[in-house]
Amino acid sequence: MSNTPDNLKYTKSHEWVRDEGDGTVSVGITDHAQELLGDLVFVELPEVGTQLTAGDECAVVESVKAASDVYSPLDGEVTEANEALADSPEAINEAPYDNWIFRLRLSNPAQLDELLDAEAYAALAEED
Amino acid sequence: MLIFEHSKPGRRAQAQAPSADKPAGIPEKLLRKRKPRLPEVSEMQAVRHYTRLSQKNFSIDTQFYPLGSCTMKYNPRACNSLAMLPGLINRHPLAPDTHSQGFMSAMHELQEILKEVTGMSAVSLAPMAGAQGEFSGIAMIRAYHDARNDTGRTEILVPDAAHGTNPATAVMCGYKAREIPTKADGDVDMDALQDALGPQTAGIMLTNPSTLGVFERRIKEIADRVHGAGGLLYYDGANLNAILGRVRPGDMGFDVIHMNLHKTFSTPHGGGGPGAGPVGVSERLLPFLPIPMVGTDGRDFHWLTEEQCPQSIGRLSAFAGNAGVLLRAYVYAKMLGAEGMHRVADYSTLNANYMLKRLMDAGFTAAYPERRATHEFIITLKKEAKELGVNAMDFAKRLLDYGMHAPTTYFPLLVPECFLIEPTETEARESLDAFVDAMIQIREEAKTDAEKLKGAPYSLPVRRLDDVRAARELDLHWQPGEDQA
Repeated sequence: MSNTPDNLKYTKSHEWVRDEGDGTVSVGITDHAQELLGDLVFVELPEVGTQLTAGDECAVVESVKAASDVYSPLDGEVTEANEALADSPEAINEAPYDNWIFRLRLSNPAQLDELLDAEAYAALAEED
Repeated sequence: MLIFEHSKPGRRAQAQAPSADKPAGIPEKLLRKRKPRLPEVSEMQAVRHYTRLSQKNFSIDTQFYPLGSCTMKYNPRACNSLAMLPGLINRHPLAPDTHSQGFMSAMHELQEILKEVTGMSAVSLAPMAGAQGEFSGIAMIRAYHDARNDTGRTEILVPDAAHGTNPATAVMCGYKAREIPTKADGDVDMDALQDALGPQTAGIMLTNPSTLGVFERRIKEIADRVHGAGGLLYYDGANLNAILGRVRPGDMGFDVIHMNLHKTFSTPHGGGGPGAGPVGVSERLLPFLPIPMVGTDGRDFHWLTEEQCPQSIGRLSAFAGNAGVLLRAYVYAKMLGAEGMHRVADYSTLNANYMLKRLMDAGFTAAYPERRATHEFIITLKKEAKELGVNAMDFAKRLLDYGMHAPTTYFPLLVPECFLIEPTETEARESLDAFVDAMIQIREEAKTDAEKLKGAPYSLPVRRLDDVRAARELDLHWQPGEDQA
C-alpha cells in the first residue's frame, strides 16, 4: 500500500504539491507513481524561469520500464529545479515526498483548491 | 568474452589484413599517427568468436517470438535467394536506367502492389526505415498546409494508444504533440477528440488496429471530424498485418500511411536495420511524395526526381531506399498474391484470438476482455503480481527458460503489468499451445517457489541482468588494459 501524506495536495496525473506558504509550491511525483514506474534511471528537469500553465508537460521521469511526463499541477513560473536528482534519480524511489522535482511561483494561487486531497488521491490510486 | 580480449599483438588473419601501404593522395597532417586499436586475432579465432555469438542468438529462426507490436514473422528463404541474384545484387546504384530496367520494373510493381493493398493513390519507396517513413508522412502534411498558406496549424493529435514513436515524429517535424485519451473499451475518446480539434490542428496520427490490439470502430467518424477541422490523417503501419487484404487505410479515410516492410512484408527485422518504410498518400498529398520513385511510359521505366516532382519533400538518402530490403518485400508480396494477403490477416488474427481464449480459460486476465483481439492482444498480470508476488518481468524472464522469447512487456503504458502478445500467422497451433502451457506452468511455479522466478533465466548464457544499474552507470566502452576479470 503506498503512502499518501495528508498535508499535501495531489493531481490525477500522480504529482504531489506542497504549499510552501510564500506563494510558491514544491512539486514531485507520488509514492504510488514511483511504485508503478519502478527504479528511476533518469530525471529531466524544467528550466528555471519557464512559464507553465496547469497541465503542461514540464519534466520527464524515466525508469527501465517507461519514460513518463510530469505535468505542472498549477499555473506559474519555475523558480527552482532539484539539480541533485540528475545524479541520483533513485532518491525519488527512496523518498518520493522528500525529493521535489521543481518549485513554482504561483500566478493563480486559487487553483490550489482545485487539487485533490490525500483521501481523494488515495481512492484514485487504489483503482489503478 | 569480447573479441578485443582475444587479441595478441602481431596475430593476423592474413586474408583480411589491410594493406600496409600508406594511402596515396591524403595530406600528411590528416593521416592518423597511431594505429587503430583493432583486435589482432587469427582467422580461426575470428570465425569461432562470431559463430559462437550467432549461436547465442535468440531469434525467430530458433524460437517462438511473440513480440507484440513488432510482428516477428518468419522470413521465407526464397525472398532472400531471389533478392541476392547476381543481376540484382551487382547492380550499381548509379547504373543508367537502360541497365536497370529489371530492378526498376520490380520497384515499380512493388509501388503498385503497396498502393493496391493500402488503397492509397501513390507510393514512394524512398524512406530507409519506419522512422523515416513516419518523418516523411508528417513532413508531407506540413508541406500540404504550407502550400496552401495555412500556417496556423501547430498541433498533431496523438491518441495515447498510438505507436510510441508518433509523438517524437510530430515534434521532429516542428509540431506540438497533443495526447488524446482512450476510453476503457479501447476506442478513442470522441469527446476529448472533439475538444482538441480546431484551427490549430494539422492532423492526427493513428495506428489501427491500435497498440491495444483492438480495431478502432469509429474510424470513419474520426476521419470525418478531423477532415472537418481541416486536419489530415496519418496511418502508422505498425499493425497493418492484422488487416492485410481485408481493410484498406485509404478506404478508412487516411491521407498518408507508412508501412514497415520488416513487419508486414517479411523482410529481416531488428538490429537497427536495414529497414524500409514506404509511404503511401491520398490524392491531395501526391505532389509532396519523397523522391526518387519509379515511373513508366507503359514500356520502359525511369526515375521520377526533382524535375518531375518539384514540390516533393525531397530525398531521404543518396539513392532510392534500401534496394535489397525492397526486393525481399517484392518477392514476398508476389509469392503471397492477393489471396495470400487475405490469409496473412486471417491467420494472424485467428492465432491471436486462439491464444487469448486459451489464456483466459486458464484464468489469466485480458486487458480488453469484451473486445475481439486483432493480430495481437494484451493480458495484465496485475492479479498475479498482487497475489503471488511475481511481476510481468519475472514471467517474461522465466519464459526464456522454456525456450520462448518473451512478449513485449510493460507496453502499452496504459495497462499495468502487461504482456502484449503477437504470435503472427506463421506459427503452428503446437507453438501457440506450448506458450500457453508454459504460462500456466510458470504460474504454478510462482505458487510454490516465487523466489525461483525472481532469479530466472537459468538456462541462458547470461542470467538476470541488472537493468537499473546498466541504465544508471552506462559502460559501453572497452579499453585494452582494463580489468579483464
